[in-house]
Amino acid sequence: MPLQVLLVEDSPGDLRLTQEAFKVVNPFIQVHVVNDGVEAMAFLKHQGEYVDSTRPDLILLDLNLPKMDGRQVLAQIKEDDGLKTIPTVILTSSEAEADVVKSYQLQANCYLSKPLHFDAFYSLVKSINDFWLSRVKLPQKKNDNNQEAKPEIDRTTSAELRAG
Amino acid sequence: MHPNGGNNMALEVLLVEDSPGDVRLTQEAFRTANTSVHLHVTSDGVEAMAFLKREGPYAGAPRPDLTLLDLNMPRMDGREVLARIKGDDSLKTIPTVILTTSEAEEDIAKSYKLHANCYFSKPVQLDAFEDLVKSINNFWLATAKLPGQGKTEHAGRGNGAEKKHS
Repeated sequence: MPLQVLLVEDSPGDLRLTQEAFKVVNPFIQVHVVNDGVEAMAFLKHQGEYVDSTRPDLILLDLNLPKMDGRQVLAQIKEDDGLKTIPTVILTSSEAEADVVKSYQLQANCYLSKPLHFDAFYSLVKSINDFWLSRVKLPQKKNDNNQEAKPEIDRTTSAELRAG
Repeated sequence: MHPNGGNNMALEVLLVEDSPGDVRLTQEAFRTANTSVHLHVTSDGVEAMAFLKREGPYAGAPRPDLTLLDLNMPRMDGREVLARIKGDDSLKTIPTVILTTSEAEEDIAKSYKLHANCYFSKPVQLDAFEDLVKSINNFWLATAKLPGQGKTEHAGRGNGAEKKHS
């Protein structure tokens, strides 16, 4: 099964940039997008329209989001025994020291600030890929709370696809 | 242009490692990767906590920008050190990277549960080891935003409000 990234981002421009950068850097990564914190939590907890969502290997989380902001999403992820092992990387335009400190206090796995230029943005996504998705040892997916019956099937299917 | 990457600002890295061979390798790899890194070494968990809390012989220790932590160590093991760092309001913001020979899923899951910032298993080959240190340096010390950046003096960091160990 390809690596799954959950991108929590409300800015359409940044979404587009991140998706395009991943396509170039590593086309095997599957990027799932949600636009606010409420959706992010529904995705992670397989609720509502996300009942079939997969468990992400990595979360890229913006801080300033509508409905429920990134700090709150982060706090909920890192307090939940089923979710806290998912590496959660803050990716935000804020460079405020208060945001950096607060994020690490809430147990963010790391904090990255979004660069303004396309090239720099692209290299940042590349370094996220090279570091988090290639080098770092990520926890294996096993049954979290609900819902891991279906990915079983997905795994077989994608293995077959690769073999074919 | 990243403040972390500047040459004139020393970066303090605490390596908690009991194997002299791995200490040596890590030191050499950092010397090649980034000369502004000051690598401090403690060889067990008790010493590591003393360093972080600036106790005993470590009264003048700087606050590390990054901690590299082995899991299996004498006296107090890495899991315990990790739990203490991440359970301490003032220490928890220090990114703590697990660097261990263990590839056991149990250790990986447990470390993330204890809020390790990330987990690596040590490569066996020398080249791969150097490469890993280089990539830790590039990511954590030149790409990620760390708390307390933009302050020139790291040692007394806190917020001025919390000068506990001096």
